[in-house]
Amino acid sequence: MTNENARLNVDLPGLTLKNPIMPASGCCGFGEELGNLYDLNQLGAIMIKAATSRPRFGNETPRVSETPSGMLNAIGLQNPGVDEIVAEKIPNLKAKFNQLPIIANVAGSSESDYVAVCRQIGQPEKIAAIELNISCPNVAHGGMEFGVDPEAAYSLTKACVAAANVPVYVKLSPNVTDIREIAQAVAKANPAGFTLINTLVGMRFDLNTKQPILANRTGGLSGPAVLPVALRLINQVKSVCDLPIIGMGGVNCAKDVLEMMIAGADAVAIGTANLTDPFVCPKIIADLPNVMDQYHITSLKDLIAQRNGVSV
Amino acid sequence: MIKDYTVTVEQQVELAPTIFELTLNGAIATAGITAGQFVNVKIPDDQYILRRPFGVAEVNETKAQIKLIYRVVGEGTEIMAKVQPDDQLKVLGPLGHGFPIDFLQPKDRVLIVGGGTGLPPLYELGRRLQQKQVQMEMALGFPTRERVFYEHEFAAFGETYVSTDDGTYGIQGTIIDLLNQKFKAHEYQAIYACGPRGLEIAVSNYFAGHPNAYISAEARMACGIGICNACVLHTKADPNGPSEKKVCVDGPVFHIDEVLL
Repeated sequence: MTNENARLNVDLPGLTLKNPIMPASGCCGFGEELGNLYDLNQLGAIMIKAATSRPRFGNETPRVSETPSGMLNAIGLQNPGVDEIVAEKIPNLKAKFNQLPIIANVAGSSESDYVAVCRQIGQPEKIAAIELNISCPNVAHGGMEFGVDPEAAYSLTKACVAAANVPVYVKLSPNVTDIREIAQAVAKANPAGFTLINTLVGMRFDLNTKQPILANRTGGLSGPAVLPVALRLINQVKSVCDLPIIGMGGVNCAKDVLEMMIAGADAVAIGTANLTDPFVCPKIIADLPNVMDQYHITSLKDLIAQRNGVSV
Repeated sequence: MIKDYTVTVEQQVELAPTIFELTLNGAIATAGITAGQFVNVKIPDDQYILRRPFGVAEVNETKAQIKLIYRVVGEGTEIMAKVQPDDQLKVLGPLGHGFPIDFLQPKDRVLIVGGGTGLPPLYELGRRLQQKQVQMEMALGFPTRERVFYEHEFAAFGETYVSTDDGTYGIQGTIIDLLNQKFKAHEYQAIYACGPRGLEIAVSNYFAGHPNAYISAEARMACGIGICNACVLHTKADPNGPSEKKVCVDGPVFHIDEVLL
């Protein structure tokens, strides 16, 4: 029997994690607010809010709408810009939680934007890894434009991998006909791995005004409703590509985490569940050993090693 | 300290059609809630993943009780309206920043402007101001007679006038008509308003430049703690730029000149 702590360890390129759990980008800010609620050193890692070259207000409001077992959001990559993130947000987070690997989400509207931000933020003294956001559905330029075209995704990934001095994980969009095609194209640019899924594009309308509820008209669907879609896409990517995957999409509890790891994930990010319960990540970490016992899982590394043959 | 408290329903009363008062027992009552702060209530059905934010209408530390008042506007609040005594709810709080009142002295004159379901946090504010022996006057607006609630409770704090949009009760007209007719005579050390966005914009314009005029903004929220960026407002100082204030953590109470409603 592995000792209690080591049971939850997972290793990914650049990320030696005490457990696989990390709050997903866009659902934990820059760690300031959650860091006032609990000790973030408990987390496997944290994926901070997207950084762009310039400060962004994002979209107008309403930016969110509830849906059955889920929600739509169209925040629009609001952030204070990479300069402030590098000068203040990251140093503050590191000063308060010195055992917390930071994964920085990078977004942009052009390849040169992405490259400049990757170069500035992607230094090992600042962060552990980059999550390259080529799949944000809520901005007019960039974002998902790159993530739905295999050639554009390859070219952008290649440039960012070259610009950054930390491992680059590419965040894939579910809003494509065949995610395997995109994953295989991106893999040729030698990223450290993938993160998936970003949100699914959706809409809701107001019966009174007959208009879309979100100011951006469309938004990204997340929450428990998308879990099966995320599991399918993770499993599909795993079936064609050996790169490690940080899985995300509708994960709410320790059972969901294990299911996502069986599907193909090596670590798991928790997104929308933080909005329902800001304490969800430490709760899942605390629950994992008991749920692993229930399903006779000795350690997460064993689970990953043994999950062969579970592909679409 | 923000916690996810488990509270027990003491009672639920329908104050007016679709307007409910929920009395909850639990340790959140002694968590140091200030007037104007809010809590985020988990709808007791996992299909509804977003909590609902409500300003705290009354805090009773001795009995370890808080009261929330809300209007049924959708599926989530319909479920809330069905909770019964002894049912349990998850309540995250206390959240946000309340009304600044420390600068007020006994005998200072204060105007409270409330509209519809904006009244609840103003009621706890009135209780605190009464303890400080501040003189209060109240302007309360409702859509129609049957939606009037808490008029007598506010009247216990001081002179209270009511308007309805359709004139079925009190003065006919908007809150501005009411202010013009009944509240022109006095200068106020502070003004506190909470209500629909139209009311808050009107009050902000009416008292523009007043050093101590505050509104409690309503917003569509997801997290309530500042991590999702759903409830942002532009600032008046930078109306088209990237500056923003989050209603949940920078507010919900703002000086009227701080944010663009």
